[in-house]
Amino acid sequence: MTTSHRNWDSDPVLTVEHLTMRFGGLVAVNDLSFSVGRGDITALIGPNGAGKTTVFNCITGFYKPTTGMMSMRPRDGSLHLLERLPDFIVARKAKVARTFQNIRLFSGMTLLENLLVAQHNPLMIASGMTILGVLGIGGYKTKEREAIDRARYWLDKIGLLSRADDPAGDLPYGAQRRLEIARAMCTGPDLLCLDEPAAGLNPRESAELNALLLSIRKDDGTSILLIEHDMSVVMGISDHVVVLEYGTKIADGTPTETRNDPRVIAAYLGVDDEEVEEIEHELDGTAGNEGGRA
Amino acid sequence: MNSAVKSKDRAGIDFGRALKDGVIIGIIAFALLGPLVGLKTDQNMANELILQNRLGLAAILSVIVGVGRFLLSAFVYPWIAARGNRSKAAVTLAELEARARVTRGLSITGLIFLFVYPILIISLFGVQGSIKWVDNYGVQILIYVMLGWGLNIVIGLAGLLDLGYVAFYAVGAYSYALLAINFHLSFWVLLPVAGILAAFWGIILGFPVLRLRGDYLAIVTLAFGEIIRLVLINWKAFSGGSAGISSIPKVTMFGIYSFDISAPNNFAKAFHLAASSAYYKVFLYYLILLLALLTAFITLRLRRLPIGRAWEALREDEVACRSLGINTTNTKLTAFAIGAMFGGFAGSFFAARQGFVSPESFVFMESAVIVAIVVLGGMGSMIGVALAAVAMIGGTELLRELDFLKLVFGKDFNPDQYRMLLFGLAMVIIMVWKPRGFVSARQPTAFLFKRKSVSGDLVKEGHG
Repeated sequence: MTTSHRNWDSDPVLTVEHLTMRFGGLVAVNDLSFSVGRGDITALIGPNGAGKTTVFNCITGFYKPTTGMMSMRPRDGSLHLLERLPDFIVARKAKVARTFQNIRLFSGMTLLENLLVAQHNPLMIASGMTILGVLGIGGYKTKEREAIDRARYWLDKIGLLSRADDPAGDLPYGAQRRLEIARAMCTGPDLLCLDEPAAGLNPRESAELNALLLSIRKDDGTSILLIEHDMSVVMGISDHVVVLEYGTKIADGTPTETRNDPRVIAAYLGVDDEEVEEIEHELDGTAGNEGGRA
Repeated sequence: MNSAVKSKDRAGIDFGRALKDGVIIGIIAFALLGPLVGLKTDQNMANELILQNRLGLAAILSVIVGVGRFLLSAFVYPWIAARGNRSKAAVTLAELEARARVTRGLSITGLIFLFVYPILIISLFGVQGSIKWVDNYGVQILIYVMLGWGLNIVIGLAGLLDLGYVAFYAVGAYSYALLAINFHLSFWVLLPVAGILAAFWGIILGFPVLRLRGDYLAIVTLAFGEIIRLVLINWKAFSGGSAGISSIPKVTMFGIYSFDISAPNNFAKAFHLAASSAYYKVFLYYLILLLALLTAFITLRLRRLPIGRAWEALREDEVACRSLGINTTNTKLTAFAIGAMFGGFAGSFFAARQGFVSPESFVFMESAVIVAIVVLGGMGSMIGVALAAVAMIGGTELLRELDFLKLVFGKDFNPDQYRMLLFGLAMVIIMVWKPRGFVSARQPTAFLFKRKSVSGDLVKEGHG
């Protein structure tokens, strides 16, 4: 059963190999390798301080990793080595979009404007790098209308169409989270990285989020990598779960596999180190074992 | 029985208390004024000290004080309290809409007024009498409107606090002065050249400050402004040092008419008018008006283009911009360059108008005034910046007209010396009254159903 579903091994959209990130003496991420399957919803989980957001910042170019290689393969067949690209090129060329743990919307701009800013690069070309746009020649008007239609589509999808002309800062928390996802999707990404999208949502909003993420995967074919603490989201919709603890990967597999992994249980329930070693001895020989922590 | 409580709740008018306040203050005032004003010692013809009784005057003054206190307690304080409560509550959408309508109406009437202003002034004060009003007020204010609008791109839209804007003004002015004198090129050729050179210097400044944010950015831009000024003072062979450059050619009317008295195609001669510098001033007025409107037009256009939205997004959140694939380096540089370009245009106009430039005109105080105009006007708002320029520049010019104060304070009183004091006081009062400037609401650049103003409370200030 497991082998047939391992889409992330056969057709990865993103491959992270031996990623290490050090801040001075602190090793935030230690020799991490995993893959994100094309069209999969992959969850990156782990206790607080496990280094999940650091991994995100490395993937999206906000941090330069100390060592490691991250290869991104968008649908157009190109290959991008993310560790070599500046952050905005990661978004523009490698087609990786992201959201933030603490929502970062343009709060003084309307919902529509937020989604138009996300389509900056194609619109910039349409406006002849501004020069033709100022003179009012070229097809900028048409392209802008297309961009507005695209924004309308996403506003409709996240259920905020009626509030299109309101400032983003006026939205309730849950709606801001959805808008941030829609804004990331307006860049037309192949990989969407969501940093705790369900944080602070009530159960109903959380269920809506699940539906939104599933429809993004189905309609747009975008692969999703998400950091999440909410197990209902993780277990409910993800195809693949990677578990981090102290910057090291302790489990990698389908939700069912990881749920039953004793090391994951230990990490989450806080079992003593000796007990973990006991369990490791019992499980000696199982695949993916990585020895003790540094 | 609980009417007092009720009236307090409504922040309504409690006449009983106000009356009590007034009477008490009146009595206190009389107790003070009685001996101070009511009794006056004087000398009579025989050089004897006599006591004059002026208790009536003291009583009148006390009544004035008491009534004043009554009015304060009854009307002014409740009004201030009500205002405070209201501004704490979110401004309603209807209010924002009404304000936006007022702003729109104001800009249209303002525009018409600006175009007929010189005609109005000439018909009121005559050709010769119009010079002061057209030049000292009209042209002077419009230069600052243009500078304010140019800096508005950098501070108001992109949220980059630039304290050295006057450097680009200087670059524009010296570009025109030097190129016109040394290469005998016309103003109309040199205007774009000055703009391009200033934009180039904008990019030069932009590069080192790209990594800086907030206060650090402000300090480096301030230093840049000073560097340009010190270079102009010390590089005597190039810029003439602190003596400056004089006899800079005037602007011609596209080469058809000249405003030089000696020129054969002199404007006044051609139309058989009495020789006067007023025509040149009126011409300069329309020139700077058109330049300022060009700045406004391009800025409004840019706001609706992706680059303008990227500037505003940069002001709101730079990290989010980068996550959306926006090259923040280029975005900041274009903001600096385009802002600087308008500064350069204004500078070359300034040089042509004055006929003389020296580093004295480009001190830090100028930058501070322009920043103050942008902040006072409401960052990002064109009409607000224009109003602030009128208030700041027109206001300080008006303070020169306060000669009547000599009647009050005596002949030695020089109102000019109190200009900066009053100016500072006015700024403090305005910033307390309207902390986000005259026009704080932001107009969205695109809408699906209905254009709604964005309350200034949500708009970030940037400075990153």
